[in-house]
Amino acid sequence: MLIRQIEDTLEQRARTFLGFLGGITTMAFQTICLTVAPPYKRRRIFEQSKKAGYDSFLIVSLIAFFIGVIFAFQISYLMRKLGAEMYIASIVALSIVRELGPVITALIVAGRVGASITAELGSMQVTEQIDALTTLATNPVKYLVVPRFVALALMLPLLTLFADMIGIMGGWLICFFKLGIPSKMYMTIAFDSLQFKDLFTGLVKTVFFGMIIAFVSCYEGFNVEGGAEGVGKATTQSVVISFILIIACDCFFTALFYFVFP
Amino acid sequence: MKTIEIRNVTKYFNTHRVLNNVHLTVEKGSTLVVIGRSGCGKSVLLKHMVGLLEPDSGSVFVDGQDIWKLKPRELNELRMRMNMVFQGGALFDSLTVGENVGFELIEHFGMSGDQLFERVEEALALVGLSGIGNLMPSELSGGMRKRVALARAICIKPEIILYDEPTTGVDPITADSINGLIRSLHDKLNVTSIVVTHDMKSAYTIADRIAMLFNGKIITEGTPQEIQNTTHPVVHQFINGLAKGPITEATDSFI
Repeated sequence: MLIRQIEDTLEQRARTFLGFLGGITTMAFQTICLTVAPPYKRRRIFEQSKKAGYDSFLIVSLIAFFIGVIFAFQISYLMRKLGAEMYIASIVALSIVRELGPVITALIVAGRVGASITAELGSMQVTEQIDALTTLATNPVKYLVVPRFVALALMLPLLTLFADMIGIMGGWLICFFKLGIPSKMYMTIAFDSLQFKDLFTGLVKTVFFGMIIAFVSCYEGFNVEGGAEGVGKATTQSVVISFILIIACDCFFTALFYFVFP
Repeated sequence: MKTIEIRNVTKYFNTHRVLNNVHLTVEKGSTLVVIGRSGCGKSVLLKHMVGLLEPDSGSVFVDGQDIWKLKPRELNELRMRMNMVFQGGALFDSLTVGENVGFELIEHFGMSGDQLFERVEEALALVGLSGIGNLMPSELSGGMRKRVALARAICIKPEIILYDEPTTGVDPITADSINGLIRSLHDKLNVTSIVVTHDMKSAYTIADRIAMLFNGKIITEGTPQEIQNTTHPVVHQFINGLAKGPITEATDSFI
């Protein structure tokens, strides 16, 4: 009896997972095809870029700054023991540009923008607004998903670039005021340790993080069932799935770049 | 001449059969009212006609074309000739009333400025809501939302309009004006209308023909006069709003 129940649960989970995989792949394919197909509605892309990029700038900056501060503190703990405080700047810069900046920015955007997209599209779904779009001869994927997809894929690298700079500034604050490292020396060491490939590998993956957030949040929003409770569930699910996929994607890219750009 | 033909359509949601081999035709320029209890599948039937739901078996023909055999572009062209008024209005929250009403004109015809304003005002005036183009849907009452949805549906002057419970949840005076509007669209513009409702007063006012959906099947179809004089026990119970009869007996025995 118990084994039967476990089998049923596993079967149901497998079905749900495969359904999600199939659905999101179809949506991704449709979105990419419709992105390149005219007409191009620039105004909607601009509106979504403002929501995803400009409106997220403050929170991304604040958290990047704190991460820079925390990271500098933690690194200095070890480096002071080794008498190698000079390396703090390069470690902070490299860690933020290669890893922390992109991932933290993506997680913030997934939590803030992704959740809001799912809630908005989910509400539209339960109030039949998405059906209304279809009856008005408008493809809901073209009208709703494409602008969000383009906006997130463009805005995430930009936000990450800002987050990288502000994170390095956070590290500077600790090095200058707490450890007495001169500003000029901190900046020189930090930027000398960075190569183009560090910035490139850090930014390339954020384009994919942006796509993940767009596809997951839109897919979950489009598939809301059961009113307000369904919207809440979908929003939570969207954030959780985005987080998992962002980390998994980061793991993949880190391994890939490790071998491609050793 | 048939405008819409539902041919042997069956639809399941999980294991629940909502439509069971439904056959229904709507003549060009006529108004068909589909009546039935709440949750009997009337809205599902309507959504099949506009291609929002695909039947598990059977076909839906609009102007002789099987809509599920059309290419997406052809289906969209067909949808430009028909419109649907949703039960809750389904107005786009992020757009103003004017942008909602003129949605198709903006999206598909690139209309803007005075020309757009005139068309939107014309549609709003027809539903008695002139001058509210700048309001947001959240600022409207339930009845106003419904009338704005109606204005959006008639703005591009479609040939076919599908109405999902157009008079539910509005006051009797608004309900009567909506009935009058549906009737005048039929009389003046020869619009083909399919109305789903359980408001019998509305059904008798606007219908050329009335069909009743029960247990997933169309159990009767006729003129308002024929329906009023029916001897069919299920239809008789429904149109007279009786608590006891074959419909409730079937439900009670099921429970």
